[in-house]
Amino acid sequence: MSVPGSGSRHLRPDPAPGPGRGVVAITAAAPERAADPAASENAVELEGITKRFPGVVANKDISFAARRGTVHALVGENGAGKSTLMKILYGVQRPDEGTIRVDGREVHLASPSDAIDAGIGMVFQHFQLADNFTVLENVVLGAEKLHGIGDGARREIRRISDAYGLDVDPDALVEDLGVGARQRIEILKVLYRGAKVIILDEPTAVLVPQEVEELFDNLRELKSEGLTVLFISHKLDEVLSVADTITVIRRGTTVDTVDPASVNARQLAELMVGAELPTPQTEESTVTDRVVLRTEDLVLAGLGDSRNVLDGITLTIHAGEVLGIAGVEGNGQAELVEVIMGMREPTSGLVFLGDTDISDWRTREIREAGVAYIPEDRHRHGLLLEAPLWENRILGHQTEEPNAKGFIINAAGAKADTERIVKEYDVRTPSIFVKAGSLSGGNQQKLIVGREMSHEPKVLVASHPTRGVDVGAQASIWDIIRKARRDGLAVLLISADLEELIGLSDTIEVILRGRLTGTFDPDTVTAEDLGAAMTGAAAPAAAPDAAPDAAPAAAPDTAPDAAPAAAPDAAPPAGDPPTDHTGDVEESR
Amino acid sequence: MSTFNPRKALLGLAAPLLALLVAFLVTSAILLALGDPVVEVWQTILSWPRPRQLVQIVNGATVYYLSAVAVAVGFRMNLFNIGVDGQYRVAAFAGALFAGQAWFPGPLNVLLTLVVAMVAGGIWAGIAAYLKVKRGISEVISTIMLNAIATGVVQWLLLKVAVKQPGSNTISTPPIPESSQLDGLALIPGASNKVYTLIILAVVVGVAYWFFIGKTRFGFDLRATGQSETAAVASGVKVPRMVVSTLVISGALAGLIGMPLLFGQDHSYGTTFQAGLGFAGIGIALLGRNHPLGIAVAALLWSFLDVQSNALQIRAGVASEVVFIIQGVILFAVVIAYELIRRADVRLEQQRVARELAGTRSDAPSVEGASA
Repeated sequence: MSVPGSGSRHLRPDPAPGPGRGVVAITAAAPERAADPAASENAVELEGITKRFPGVVANKDISFAARRGTVHALVGENGAGKSTLMKILYGVQRPDEGTIRVDGREVHLASPSDAIDAGIGMVFQHFQLADNFTVLENVVLGAEKLHGIGDGARREIRRISDAYGLDVDPDALVEDLGVGARQRIEILKVLYRGAKVIILDEPTAVLVPQEVEELFDNLRELKSEGLTVLFISHKLDEVLSVADTITVIRRGTTVDTVDPASVNARQLAELMVGAELPTPQTEESTVTDRVVLRTEDLVLAGLGDSRNVLDGITLTIHAGEVLGIAGVEGNGQAELVEVIMGMREPTSGLVFLGDTDISDWRTREIREAGVAYIPEDRHRHGLLLEAPLWENRILGHQTEEPNAKGFIINAAGAKADTERIVKEYDVRTPSIFVKAGSLSGGNQQKLIVGREMSHEPKVLVASHPTRGVDVGAQASIWDIIRKARRDGLAVLLISADLEELIGLSDTIEVILRGRLTGTFDPDTVTAEDLGAAMTGAAAPAAAPDAAPDAAPAAAPDTAPDAAPAAAPDAAPPAGDPPTDHTGDVEESR
Repeated sequence: MSTFNPRKALLGLAAPLLALLVAFLVTSAILLALGDPVVEVWQTILSWPRPRQLVQIVNGATVYYLSAVAVAVGFRMNLFNIGVDGQYRVAAFAGALFAGQAWFPGPLNVLLTLVVAMVAGGIWAGIAAYLKVKRGISEVISTIMLNAIATGVVQWLLLKVAVKQPGSNTISTPPIPESSQLDGLALIPGASNKVYTLIILAVVVGVAYWFFIGKTRFGFDLRATGQSETAAVASGVKVPRMVVSTLVISGALAGLIGMPLLFGQDHSYGTTFQAGLGFAGIGIALLGRNHPLGIAVAALLWSFLDVQSNALQIRAGVASEVVFIIQGVILFAVVIAYELIRRADVRLEQQRVARELAGTRSDAPSVEGASA
């Protein structure tokens, strides 16, 4: 199951790390600039950037270089390490290893003001503007020394606005302006402070399609004036339309730097989620015909007038079956899990556990009934980081044996059982009394998995169960899920890692814009088919390939719904604006 | 394996001791700068109290303790019940009014009055809980406003039911019958005054607080919500319900604050009833780190400073208000010190875990372990 065309589209086929890797690759793609000395060629160069947090490596050996006068995109899934990298570039965090060079000169960025001095400016996803101030007041705030706060500043703002086509009136009140204009003010603020490199963090997440086009025009203006734009996004078609070079980040490291002319959205998606050859599933199917978890036409309305976050999700999981949900992040996966777990009320639709309607049940009742839950974000939803391991063993099962006797917490029982989990699931810790936050990500996750498997679950809802964990922990978590499946557990597996999905699932459903748009058999599906369905970029040519393969293999009750819907939905009409993709879902979360 | 950790215990003690030292230095500096007699001030404050003052210290601490526990219940869930002050005044008024009717004989009257006071305090706090859960109004804002409202409401109601105290201008609720007045316990030898009988109440509240917060499912849910609301929700805690329960419990405990005063000293609620106890409770809960014993020590310290400062004007010629400076600096220093120590503790433990794992399992494929 190899990826067709892999390698040929890379700017540099050999991905061996080394100094100047990115530089070489990019120089090759831009022969007209090859004559310039390398030092002035690249506005920003990062080499071997590594950042560790206690328990996780957020960035590992990140290397890329952005040429002056280009838009350089950084793409990657949420949690891939993009924001940490940007914080390092903007001086908010310091790298543990590696060097940053601006204009060929090595810089040490200890604070955002160092970054500004080095000519790096950042536009955050959430604007930092005072609504009741004018544009002028917002721009000069904190930079009063540059051009004063009066006519000098006003002239300078007009000059920048005209030079880059930003169309900003210095005397307008910010609260009267729309989102697009506010973003231009943020860009102007950065330029006003003398930035030559502008970082834009998910800039299109808040914009409507027309505004996105305007923003892209502004960006083209900026680069034609010799500025460099670092554009962070996970919306692939936007990246393809605006970027001159694309660097892909996965699991905290740069996996490739590609030329947008030589890749399509599908190939980019594969790079983002990792399309290495999946581990072939050697085990026999253990799927029974006993339905354990079923949802019926779940709908979750979006905020305001926006489209539904979940739109008619109907799925069925049998005992012994792993149902994988594939999709680019922000297409409703997180909301689907929250609805099933009772953390969110669906607008309409039903959830059944066995024959019991659990749609109105609360989270605790659902968990007591045997639904185990591995949350997507273990720090926010799975653990009390400042509590000891044994108290974390109680979390989520406060009412169950051996954690409680009646209304009293059974500390002795919980401690003894924590010792058992630590041993059985190989949680590496000096004792069960250390804080959960002191463990590495993999060991935290093994503790959560061990806890959730300790209450004879009927269903396991696993959201990105191996995200941010090391390879060893990943393998053992996969083994645990495989074993539980043999024992008759029904598993809902949500993952951004295609390898994981294909390797573990009995059936894969693709979710796109809150809808299940295709059912695939992991034994026959290719990463390309999945990538196409996930991005909605299925070219008409690809459809005949995927459809006959997938449709017969699909679970009979979902196929009639999903299969016909897949084709029209997955291939958007030509007029479809490129932005109507995924990102706004994330905003509404 | 034991939960006791000498390093942790040492770190825990270091912060308050450091805070006391800082308070000592800052206050001395202020006294010096203003030309006040530093030595005499400290001699007066740090002299061993006489038996009569010891009783005053214990009595003051009893009231402070109840107040601080009421605040601490909210703190454990990250709720800032600034309204303890208003809650205890509403409750003290309601309790005094009820007790003054003498509908029930002696001790039964006392017990039922405690219930009435708790209900009154709980209802008053329940207003803030309702506003937070149903309208999303921060409990900090609403409880502060409710303090102001409580003052007005109690004053207005007092005028309606008041009787004039013979021989003075103050007005109050009808005095409670003598059979319900609690004479006090002669715990400290050589003292002419007595310790409030309701010090027992403070002990009961302290034990109950320790038990419910530390040992029950409810307490676990409460602490989990305080540490991470998102994790608590995912674990099945109904957060709105917890907010209501916690604020109402906090208010009910606040209702008890005035009871030792009512039964052991004032015997009625009037214009001279001690004010400001709720705010002192916030500081004492902070100083005592929300721990049942820590709060007891902090309450004793607070009361000690209060009582010892009384003699400052006479003995050192310095206004006794200097004690507020000491208390204020202690609080500032202790809050800063606790946070620094907490961070140090987290960092040290992470390093220790990484080191131990790297040492015992050199084969571990853990990148993190190697980096430490």
